Amino acid sequence: MIRKITLLSFTIGASLLFIFQLISLQLFNSEYSELSLNNAVEERPVFPNRGLIYDRNGILLVKNQPAYDLMVIPENQEPFDTLELTSVLNISKQDLITQLKKAERFSNKLPSIIIRQVSKETRAFFQEKMWKYPGFYFQKKTVRDYTISIAPNVLGYTSEVNQGELRGKTDYILGEMIGRQGIEKNYETILKGEKGAVFFQKDRFNRIIGPYKEGVFDIALKPAEDLTLTIDGLLQEYGESLLQNKRGSIVAIEPNTGEVLALVSAPSFNPNLLIGRERSKNFNTLRNDTLAMPLFDRALQAEYSPGSPFKTLNALIGLQENVITPKTIFRCNKGHSYSKNAFMKCHCKVGSKNDLLRGIYNSCNTYFAKTYLGIIKSAPSPAEGVDIWKNHLEKFGLGDYLGYDLPIGKKGFIPGSSYYDSWYKKGSWGGTTIISNAIGQGEVLTTPIQMANFTATIANRGYFIKPHFKKSFTPTEKDSLYAKNYTLIDTKHFETVIEGMHQVVEKGTAKIARIKGIEVCGKTGTVENFIRLNGEKTQLTDHSIFIAFAPKEDPKIAITVFVENGYWGGRWAAPIASLMIEKYLTGNVKRKWLENRMLEGSLLEEYAKPTSGIPFTINE
Amino acid sequence: MNKKIFFRLDWLSILLYLLLVSFGLVNIYSSGFSNTTILFWDPDYLVGKQFWIFIACLMILPLILAVKSNFFEHLTYVFYGISILSLLGLFIFGQTISGATSWYSLGSFSLQPSEFAKITTVMVVALNLSSFQNDLKKNTHLLKIISLVSLPMLLIILQPDAGSALVFTGIFFVLIREGLNLKFLFLAIGLLLIFFLTLLFSPLNLSLVMGFIFLIIYNLIKRRYPKTKKNPFILTLIIGIVFSYSVSLIFNTVFEQRHRDRFNIILGLETDSRGIGYNINQSKIAIGSGGFSGKGFLNGSQTKGNFVPEQETDYIFSIVGEEWGFLGSVTLILLFVILIFRIIYKAERHTSTYARVFSYSFASMLFVHFFVNIGMTLGLVPTVGIPLPFISYGGSNLLAFSLMLFIYLSFDANRLDY
Repeated sequence: MIRKITLLSFTIGASLLFIFQLISLQLFNSEYSELSLNNAVEERPVFPNRGLIYDRNGILLVKNQPAYDLMVIPENQEPFDTLELTSVLNISKQDLITQLKKAERFSNKLPSIIIRQVSKETRAFFQEKMWKYPGFYFQKKTVRDYTISIAPNVLGYTSEVNQGELRGKTDYILGEMIGRQGIEKNYETILKGEKGAVFFQKDRFNRIIGPYKEGVFDIALKPAEDLTLTIDGLLQEYGESLLQNKRGSIVAIEPNTGEVLALVSAPSFNPNLLIGRERSKNFNTLRNDTLAMPLFDRALQAEYSPGSPFKTLNALIGLQENVITPKTIFRCNKGHSYSKNAFMKCHCKVGSKNDLLRGIYNSCNTYFAKTYLGIIKSAPSPAEGVDIWKNHLEKFGLGDYLGYDLPIGKKGFIPGSSYYDSWYKKGSWGGTTIISNAIGQGEVLTTPIQMANFTATIANRGYFIKPHFKKSFTPTEKDSLYAKNYTLIDTKHFETVIEGMHQVVEKGTAKIARIKGIEVCGKTGTVENFIRLNGEKTQLTDHSIFIAFAPKEDPKIAITVFVENGYWGGRWAAPIASLMIEKYLTGNVKRKWLENRMLEGSLLEEYAKPTSGIPFTINE
Repeated sequence: MNKKIFFRLDWLSILLYLLLVSFGLVNIYSSGFSNTTILFWDPDYLVGKQFWIFIACLMILPLILAVKSNFFEHLTYVFYGISILSLLGLFIFGQTISGATSWYSLGSFSLQPSEFAKITTVMVVALNLSSFQNDLKKNTHLLKIISLVSLPMLLIILQPDAGSALVFTGIFFVLIREGLNLKFLFLAIGLLLIFFLTLLFSPLNLSLVMGFIFLIIYNLIKRRYPKTKKNPFILTLIIGIVFSYSVSLIFNTVFEQRHRDRFNIILGLETDSRGIGYNINQSKIAIGSGGFSGKGFLNGSQTKGNFVPEQETDYIFSIVGEEWGFLGSVTLILLFVILIFRIIYKAERHTSTYARVFSYSFASMLFVHFFVNIGMTLGLVPTVGIPLPFISYGGSNLLAFSLMLFIYLSFDANRLDY
């Protein structure tokens, strides 16, 4: 019997053994199918082109251009003419050797970058000689191309994702472009799109032999969306030219939508500097300029005392809190004593009798000091008074981030009772202690965009819409983004102050800002400022400020101009604001003489004073 | 061919044969597929060559059935002689492919005489066992048969093609069936066990364990049958221990490193997925990635990438595993099992010893190929390069196994005429 079943048993035994092994390999071991994908299939990402950026009128601001990285696969290299290579590529021999060594250390079989973003011309030239350099090849990638070199502070820039960043970001691969700063950063997900993938079948020598399963597993890329900004490219360009050779900022907002029309920060830089081979060198140059600070956005990040424009807010609060009426008259004798041995100067003539309108258009310090004291005293205690005042200001978007769609900004500062309680002894301070706030010189700090925003609030007669840079087209997005933020002040009080601001331009401190045919409302400012120079507090020439909106009825533009060390408000800021308004509302500027004065005017000598090392005078 | 034979044919075996060869062609097609459709009868491709050999085989079938079945019995020694001569001739006229001189080159295709030696050796064994004086218990007879089998084996080992030579050990099953002392079976199993255990553990440990086991068994038996003698146990133990030590010695001195590696990888003593273990590892990846239902015809990524070397010949089961999955693999195994069982069943019914031994030997050789080939592809048996009959690419192999099947069919159909 054993004889007859020997072969049968062996056959059954072997089959069971095989089936058992098949069960363990095929049914209970996912490891093998993953291994199969790993070594038989190669996934290669395909990137969508980054979204284009347009201005509000459809002018293309940012597009894409191809750039070529010179790559090397070390094991494919053969000895080559180093001299020719270095001269064609304009790279030092030492750098080339360092890069090649680095590539070898990374991997002998995988490609490494030798030179980033070689220009089209260099590539074309080198391409002809390519056959002499086995192992080298060009890899195409897409970089930004700026059609008009404007608004780098708004647009931001892009650069390659680096090793350190990859840890947190699984959806990026090394060398992929990512938005840095500005719109590029804030709208990264929209502009980037979603990359797809193509799968290739490899053979056992790791060579690609064709698409994997005719590409059925390929993932289609999701194209990036284009973006339309609220920025008016031509206005922005004009603003940048007006601020050349000056330091400061211009912020222009469309009041009834909150759309930012222009956001100029000077000095600026050409965004094309941050593309191409010289990128990192250029970036370091910009970053290391600690005096002019071209990478510092003066419109969003600079906190200044708001100066006289702030008086308009104090007037509104005074009216709302019934401290003053439009008819309230305060006397001014080139200033006034607000307490024992304390005198606040004013440029009014001795014996002036100012009502609110005169107070605004003559920018009378006395008038607003007394109004401010009234606000503080209207409450049972100065602490409560200050907090009422602070509460009003916060409704204008001051003292906190505005929440606009750019990644940087500053809060500014509106002092409240707790601040003064910690600064002075509790209860030991009163309205006169903090009187500088009345004229925008005290502890109050605002950024230019905050000032433009409260100007827009005044223009809107009591509300603002959060400033923003991306134009919205869908109703739902508009509803959520364009909510009106109301102040606590009645509309009728705005009319009073607006009339005052109109008078400022008509017969007050900013007559130069008058534009034929357009009713402009504005308020100048001249802000004292100090720096610490060799350990000593040193006063510099005043900042020149102007806030304005126009037309008076149904305003289309609200603007803030800030020129550092430009002396009085009517000198630089008011003309620049006026030109911007004229440009935006009429399309061209008729007052060429004023335009030329602004374009040609330079404050570089003024800025050189503190660092020159020699004694200097200010406010010349 | 007369009508009687036609109706008496073993149609189940023929069906299994057609299924296996067709499935083989499908997988050979897949092995050479690279995104462009090729015609399966285009002889420029492997699948085309195999297809035409298959057609040739089918044309030979009527010829085999037409000759009288005792034709083979009478001419056994003639065929055997030709076979031995053709093996000897290789040393002069042979063509060397990947290190082994196993082929005659005949224009566009080559002939492998070792495949046909399988048939003639089986015939010679059948003839010897069918003679009346035959008694496997007699050492002279046994030695004669062993010599007749060993001669072609030796010539094949010298090619060198140890894998093909190994197949001849399948005749052992026939000898057991035909009355070889069962001691040899147990001895073979025992020695095989000791062989592998020696490689897994050291001979010293194994000897101690064996001594312990023998002691227990001896005492258990002694308690039941007090008359049991000590000496046979001690003798067996000594043989076991000596064998274990000599295995260790031979393995480490006589074997070449590549041979040692093959065993070590199977036994899990070494993991080397890049070198010698590459084939097995890739084969397991391909099969494992097939999952339950497989990736589908022409969709095996491992197959397309040619990751498994020799995937159209020795490793063709990896394609089956990857593209047809668990279902396909098990189906193929079952087809083989049914075929082997069918042949054994038919063999047992023969009154003619020659026909029985021939058929039984055919089943045995089929089993050895089946076991070694699939076992190797699944990583269960050390790497031995032999094809999977009817499935793997290879004209000589297909032709030889087809011939054996046809002769078996002829014997079966003419069973009652004997």
